[in-house]
Amino acid sequence: MMISVSHITKTYNKGTIHAINDISFEVEKGEIFGLIGPDGAGKTSLFRILTTLLLADSGEAKVNDWDVVKDYKKIRNGVGYMPGRFSLYQDLSVEENLNFFATIFDTTIEENYHLIKDIYEQIEPFKDRRAGKLSGGMKQKLALCCALIHKPVVLFLDEPTTGVDSVSRKEFWDMLMKLKAQEITILVSTPYMDEAVLCDRLALMQEGKILTIDTPEKIRASYPLQLFAVKTNHTYKVLNELRNYKDTESCFAFGDSIHVTFKTPTDEKTISKYLSDKGDTDLTVEKIEPTIEDSFIQMLKN
Amino acid sequence: MEPVIVTEKLTKKFDDFVAANELTFEVGKGEIFGFLGANGAGKTTAMRMLCGLLKPSSGKATVTGFDIYTQTEQIKKNIGYMSQKFSLYDNLTVKENIRFYGGIYGMRRKEIAVKTDELLSMLQLQGEAKTLVSELPLGWKQKLAFSVSIVHDPSIVFLDEPTGGVDPVTRRQFWDQIYYAADKGVTVFVTTHYMDEAEYCNRVSIMVDGVIAALDSPAALKKQYHSSSMQDVFYQLARNAKRKAD
Amino acid sequence: MRQLFVFIRKEFLHVFRDRKSLLMLFGLPITQIVLFGFALSNEIKDSKIVIADYSRDEVTRKITEKIEASRYFDVEENLQSAQQLEAAFKKGKIKMAVIFPENFAEDLLHSKKATVQVIADASDPNVATATTTYITQIINDYNMTSGNASMQPLQIIPEVRMLYNPELKGGPNFVPGVMALVLMLVCTMMTSVAIVKEKELGTMEVLLVSPFKPLDIIISKLTPYLIISVMNLFIILILSVTILDLEIKGNIFLLVFESILFILTSLSIGLFLSINAETQQAAMMGSMMGMMLPTLLLTGFMFPVENMPLPMQWLANLVPSRWYFIIIKKVMLKGLGFSSVWKESLILISMTIFLFTISLRKFKIRLE
Repeated sequence: MMISVSHITKTYNKGTIHAINDISFEVEKGEIFGLIGPDGAGKTSLFRILTTLLLADSGEAKVNDWDVVKDYKKIRNGVGYMPGRFSLYQDLSVEENLNFFATIFDTTIEENYHLIKDIYEQIEPFKDRRAGKLSGGMKQKLALCCALIHKPVVLFLDEPTTGVDSVSRKEFWDMLMKLKAQEITILVSTPYMDEAVLCDRLALMQEGKILTIDTPEKIRASYPLQLFAVKTNHTYKVLNELRNYKDTESCFAFGDSIHVTFKTPTDEKTISKYLSDKGDTDLTVEKIEPTIEDSFIQMLKN
Repeated sequence: MEPVIVTEKLTKKFDDFVAANELTFEVGKGEIFGFLGANGAGKTTAMRMLCGLLKPSSGKATVTGFDIYTQTEQIKKNIGYMSQKFSLYDNLTVKENIRFYGGIYGMRRKEIAVKTDELLSMLQLQGEAKTLVSELPLGWKQKLAFSVSIVHDPSIVFLDEPTGGVDPVTRRQFWDQIYYAADKGVTVFVTTHYMDEAEYCNRVSIMVDGVIAALDSPAALKKQYHSSSMQDVFYQLARNAKRKAD
Repeated sequence: MRQLFVFIRKEFLHVFRDRKSLLMLFGLPITQIVLFGFALSNEIKDSKIVIADYSRDEVTRKITEKIEASRYFDVEENLQSAQQLEAAFKKGKIKMAVIFPENFAEDLLHSKKATVQVIADASDPNVATATTTYITQIINDYNMTSGNASMQPLQIIPEVRMLYNPELKGGPNFVPGVMALVLMLVCTMMTSVAIVKEKELGTMEVLLVSPFKPLDIIISKLTPYLIISVMNLFIILILSVTILDLEIKGNIFLLVFESILFILTSLSIGLFLSINAETQQAAMMGSMMGMMLPTLLLTGFMFPVENMPLPMQWLANLVPSRWYFIIIKKVMLKGLGFSSVWKESLILISMTIFLFTISLRKFKIRLE
């Protein structure tokens, strides 16, 4: 096991705020493990406990078999960490930033260049530019280089893609896939559900608790109800009509369609008829497979 | 549909850098208009010009019928603004925040009182009127911030990445609010990094390197770019952007 | 060692790339010295004075003529009553009063001794010293020239009284004050802000999760400001000597040694502040309110500490710059050696050790 967390609890304000509530999970070597959840779910606290920056109130955690309390120095030497609000030194150039972090971790850019080569080549044209003048996507890439430069056994990435546009996000995840191929274990958190499917396994978190841990496929497969997608050009109107339908269990906008579940088994025709009776004719209803986001919404409701 | 935002070749240059290049588009009343673009594509610049915060270098534009060069004061009275970063004062209560924003827009005390009750009951926050905003969960804050941004019944509300970091359920509740406001005739001008949210918009514009590279309804854009999702449309358009580093 | 060097180099880059902090670091001492230098200029011309002559004899008339002839003074109408004099001083109409008591010439003749009273407004101490010196010179001149060669020289003794600021604080005194102020500002404010900035950026988290030791972080954060402060020290000294004609009477090495000691004290205060502050703003406020004001008010640089109420005096004893100010005055202005400042030095040393120990202990290896 690369990371093992058992019954970790962390409170703030003298125990009144439960940031993390009795969490346990394990991450295997070479896995990309995702912590998925909104702000305030406890992701950052968990990262800080694992990177030895915070002490848990109770429970045990190990990274590469090093205890987060006793062996904190070993962990600090051996892991890479990209904090959530990490923004590098704005007034230093790209190269100066990278050089600095390489030195701090007692290595050089040359020594582990193979690790960062793919990423660094993309930002190299701007190596003399100050980090503060880079775009969000470029900054994240540079930060990733800085976290990788000392060849860590585990990479902790706390919301690396928040506020970054979707093209840069995709590129960032392409890089994580390449790192995975080099057997680096990655623990990553994100509020974006579309990134969740890219993880090998993930934990859905809410208010300091883990709702479920599994592979994306299994999480989706465990969705308890039949999901219907209704496509229409009058989303708001149809949304309200479906919510007023007596048998509706849940109903929400989802991308270009409306996702609905029902308390009792039903079929497309019944729904179409109900809506066309209301005057909505130009629409399609079909049964669909749930996404991770559907599963998460389902779990949040309970 | 009567237009509330009309721009013609709207351009902003910073020295020799063209942040926004000849933007021409219209947004209709009650429309939910998605304003997308990669980081650095010029979204913020364009939005600031429309809000009357930044003077354009050239081109024409009117917002709610007022000229963005000369009538910025009138524009400001008729628009609402909310962003993920700036929203409410943490150390004021829910009620105090509403009163403050109402006061800023010159609403009368009685008017504010009526609005406050209306707003609180709509958000089901009646019990929390005297709670400090800092004590509210993030999702509630976001919803309250949106309500406060339209407390003065503006014709347009500008939303700058309003749903960052919010859980999927709250995000949808937030969009319910947007739908409701748009249904009441408020024009919603919204930027987001969530591509599924782009699908919720009536029309979407995608900016690349300072120009509008595409503008249409999500369905039409997906058809045009032979894609199944807006994510893919966006990727096709923005992937070759030159200004990534800026 | 290489890590430490790279870190220190990075800190210098931060300083040199930020125009505002550069201005703060080097512009401040220069403007302070120049400003104080010119505001407290020693050049006196046409200073308004009053001559109150209660004797009206030949001697007083002669001396009055001499004073009137001098280009330094502009003699006002004769004011007679004490009330009139006081009012004129309060309104700032006059800078000095020369008072000849009754029977001046007779006293001089009979007892070979007469006293002329000189009262100066010392709220501007430089002007007061200069004007009284000139008056004394004029009277001495008269003593020399009028003295009957065969007789014992006549003695007119000027009795000088300084109003409002009897100790004549000021003059060269402000140089030690500016030194204390500038060094305190640079070391305390800049270091605390520099450390807190890393917390705000989130880089502190990464530094903590690196093999780099907390002590090394502290050393690399403090070193640049130590070096910059020593540079500042020399700038101030050179400016004082060249522009302000200040004479450094004591041993220059002792002066530098004591200054470095004070710099270390200030650095330890900055470090201490940064440990408790979470934002740059808080650090700035802390050093402003916590250090700037006490330095200005309680060092004795602006207001003499001895005249303050007792509780304020006790408080003043806790302000490091007060001790530095005393040391520098003794060494630089009076030319005294280490034997006369060892007590003050010891106080500074203990303050520094105390603060460093607390800071090191509290400097968290973790975030809480």
